[in-house]
Amino acid sequence: MPVDRLPPPDGFRIDRSRPVGFEFEGRHYQGYAGDTIASALVAHGVWALSRSFKLHRARGPFSFAGGEASTLVQLMSEPNVQADVREIQPGMRIGGQNTIGGVASDLAAILGRLERFLPVGFYYKAFYKPRGIWNWWEKFIRRTAGLGRVDSTWTPEYFDKVYAHCDVAVIGGGVAGMAAAVACGERNLDVLLIEREPGLGGWLTYGRLLERDGGSVLSDLRDRLDELPSVRVMTNATCTGLFTDNWVSVTRGNCLYKIRAKSVVACTGGISQPAVFRNNDLPAVVSAGGVQRLIRHYGVRPGRRAVVLTAGDEGYAAALDLTERGTEVAAVVDLRSEPTAGEFARDSRAAGIRVLSGHTVREAWPQSGQWRVGGALATRVVGPNSCAAEGEAIDCDLLCVSIEDAPAGGLLAHNGATFGASANRALPHLVSLAPHVFAAGTVAGTRSVQQAVTSGQDAGESAGADVAGSLTVVKHRPTPITNELVWPVFPHPHGREFVDLDEDVTIREIHDALAEGFQDIELLKRYSTVGMGPSQGRQSAVATAAIVAAATNTSFAAVGATTSRPPVHAVRFGLLAGRSFQPVRHTPIQGWHVDAGAQMMNAGLWMRPAYYGSPDERADAIAREVLAVRHGVGLIDVSTLGAFEVRGPDAVEFLERAYTSAFRRQPVGRTRYALLTDESGVIVDDGVAARLGPDHFYVTASTSGAETLYPMLLWYQAQWQLDVDIADVTSAFGAINIAGPAAREVIEKLPGNIEFSGEACPYLALRTGQLAGVDVRVLRIGFVGELGYEIHMPWSQCRGLWEALVEVGKARGVRPFGIEAQRVLRLEKGHLIVTQDTDGLTHPHEVNLGWALSRRKPFFVGKRSIEAMMEVGLKRRLVGYQVPDRSEPLPEEGCLVVRGDEITGRVTSTAWSPVLDRAIGMAYVAPDQAVSGDQFTIKGDGGRLIVAQVVRPPFYDPKNARQEM
Amino acid sequence: MKIMPCPLNGPRNIQEFVCGGEVVFPPNPDGATPAEWADYLFMRDNVAGAVREWWYHVPTSFWFIAERNTVTDEIVGTFLANELFPVRPDSASDGDGA
Repeated sequence: MPVDRLPPPDGFRIDRSRPVGFEFEGRHYQGYAGDTIASALVAHGVWALSRSFKLHRARGPFSFAGGEASTLVQLMSEPNVQADVREIQPGMRIGGQNTIGGVASDLAAILGRLERFLPVGFYYKAFYKPRGIWNWWEKFIRRTAGLGRVDSTWTPEYFDKVYAHCDVAVIGGGVAGMAAAVACGERNLDVLLIEREPGLGGWLTYGRLLERDGGSVLSDLRDRLDELPSVRVMTNATCTGLFTDNWVSVTRGNCLYKIRAKSVVACTGGISQPAVFRNNDLPAVVSAGGVQRLIRHYGVRPGRRAVVLTAGDEGYAAALDLTERGTEVAAVVDLRSEPTAGEFARDSRAAGIRVLSGHTVREAWPQSGQWRVGGALATRVVGPNSCAAEGEAIDCDLLCVSIEDAPAGGLLAHNGATFGASANRALPHLVSLAPHVFAAGTVAGTRSVQQAVTSGQDAGESAGADVAGSLTVVKHRPTPITNELVWPVFPHPHGREFVDLDEDVTIREIHDALAEGFQDIELLKRYSTVGMGPSQGRQSAVATAAIVAAATNTSFAAVGATTSRPPVHAVRFGLLAGRSFQPVRHTPIQGWHVDAGAQMMNAGLWMRPAYYGSPDERADAIAREVLAVRHGVGLIDVSTLGAFEVRGPDAVEFLERAYTSAFRRQPVGRTRYALLTDESGVIVDDGVAARLGPDHFYVTASTSGAETLYPMLLWYQAQWQLDVDIADVTSAFGAINIAGPAAREVIEKLPGNIEFSGEACPYLALRTGQLAGVDVRVLRIGFVGELGYEIHMPWSQCRGLWEALVEVGKARGVRPFGIEAQRVLRLEKGHLIVTQDTDGLTHPHEVNLGWALSRRKPFFVGKRSIEAMMEVGLKRRLVGYQVPDRSEPLPEEGCLVVRGDEITGRVTSTAWSPVLDRAIGMAYVAPDQAVSGDQFTIKGDGGRLIVAQVVRPPFYDPKNARQEM
Repeated sequence: MKIMPCPLNGPRNIQEFVCGGEVVFPPNPDGATPAEWADYLFMRDNVAGAVREWWYHVPTSFWFIAERNTVTDEIVGTFLANELFPVRPDSASDGDGA
């Protein structure tokens, strides 16, 4: 087929100087830069772009504006591309979808002949029994009833989010949208004008203008927009959703724009509607708008001989456009028996175009050997939804359909707008809008260029007033409805009148579904699948409503409409997923750890050293670190600890209420264990409260708990309204713990004004002062069970002090240790880790922390609940255990504690103690199993039963002499 | 995405906030019956209509109370915590029980 292009000015979107070669189903074609896949193929006479979902009928574009499933094609690694929207690129390789062997000779087309065996509700009926039969059928069905193919060898791409703000977002850059943007821009408002197509103007860029509209409307609006600096225009940008509080989602390329607008003006236009007659799905049955887009946008002559089916003056405009470009218009078939005298109808008659009034196309048929319309039977309309069987057969290669446009109201409906139907008019009309949302143009019911301009100006002014907070009355000019069209739905004895082309739903299937009792429009949709395809009912909802209303003898208002949900246009998954950003927190000493060969691990968002050394000597490295702390001195970076400053006259009162312990008589310069339970008495965190002054505490929290603890403490304070300030200083203070028998000797080598002797700085002391020129807070506490100092200091000073300690500790063989060694060390001391050894139900008495509950306080958070639980009695207890048999494998965390068939608990912590030279751990057991020296059974890896013996912790240094020396 | 009118920060994306659940006034822990205490801890009314909820603005660590209509999802109004919790209750401690 030769290339059929029209001379300029037609085809303003293509650049004839830049030919673009591409492939469709293995054959080479040539278009021009600016062509869409569909326009370039149609220029070659290739109309069949796809096979239908169910019956595998050949299908082509109808609207040339995107939206119907019949234009979906496969690119190399991108499925479901809209051929009538996507621009061709040099070397593009395009394939048909949902075919076996290609669009032209699809082997699966046999399904079309099996139609009578595929009744409405086929899936529900066929695969319901016997149970499991679906699993057998599924593979076959998925292969023949699918959309595009996912390319598993795809090249990864970046998808990003863009955040934008504006006063007014105008959605749709047609004439109404441009007028609205101008009205807002003239008020100096920040306006975003969002247009899906490559250029502004909408219908004005392809429609046939009336003489009185002149050619200047579009250029006038463009000029005015250009002069307004506060209007930003986004083209090729698709608005996919309008959400609460005017959160507008827009896709463009690989970006998802999240736009927040104070006001929104929706000028989303209309959607051309198909007529329903036999074989209305043939390729080259196309909307009038589609024909005009082909002509003016792409310079493509759509056919040689056309029949135009119309219900209004717009069809005559298309007929004139075709005639002037050498396409013979065999007849304009006008559904109206007495066409009102429109200007284009008059011009058509003057041009000698033949008109058949009160007629319809009863059926169409294909050209022999071609996937394209070859002729139409025009017969007289004899009543609503019925036409004469006999009429005039007219040869044609183009069937142009011009019924009224339906408002493209999906976006507005998502946002809470309501659309109504009048008693005898199928097309819905806009009834009400959500606050801060305005509408103009076709979606709001305008029918002419002048009406669209005026409604755009009005909506823009209203939006502007809304932004300024001065909106009183929304100007609303309802457009009188002149056309009481009976919707063109013409059943044929041999069927194939497609209501929904996406889903291959015909009139008969709607009738069958109604007969089976699915009369509610929502149920009918789900049962028949009408409106469930990629076009989401945009081109089928009106016809469906018309069929249901006629069949059930009800009004359109009573039939109602199905709920429309976002997105209004297909969104690629990549846009929703996008790039993810995972924050990572580094301590101030991170660089040193890495340089020293530390194996870093994630601890929440933090990176922490697990141990220092290579992974193949992991166990040795951990043992080396443990022994260094036990026999010499070790250093651990504990900058990840949470830290809060609690200050004010009510500082004590606050801690007394929030924590279980007592703080009122805690001396200044002392630390105290601080345990926190929630209102149900469950342990949520523990730390140390260090009293810096009468009204000033420095409270630490666990690494994992810090982030959730702070909001919790502030929530208590919001209710208590105490005179206290709580500041999260987690990332202001870093800390180093130096521990081991030689810790004092090493720390004393640094210059400073703190005395570290056992008398001057005893166990649990808090000292402030200078160490190596750094302002420090030293907490003498012993998580690992040796003489130790936890040195807190400003974040920026941590690395310097760490390096200083390493330097002065060299003589004593100071060794940095990681979390793994710390876990062994603390386990040897029987210290629990909240969230490892506790769970979402653990209360203090279960884990032997009853001593940390102040008995004298009348209140602390969780007190009442702990008492209530103790009245019921203990259900389990956390005990320390050792495995007497050294040859047994190490039980793993989470292993069950069993007694016969009964599960009585589980292991929470486990380690091989290098000091004790045996397996130790902590486990929940039944209360009667918690007797020191008794044995219980752990079900180890692979079901092996391991005998464990209850040991009262600490396992190591039971008298705590070492940490207090 | 909704906008939450924060009494401290003005209108912000609701993504920046965490909902802390219905505002419930605790009964006197000593006077309440076990049933009343359990009801306070674990039961919420989940009404269809106006509900007062705790909301927390994460970037500024700020708790406040918002009245929200759960049917229409409208934020009816917001309160500072001290508008509903104005009285400083009596001291929690009368001695050192460590």
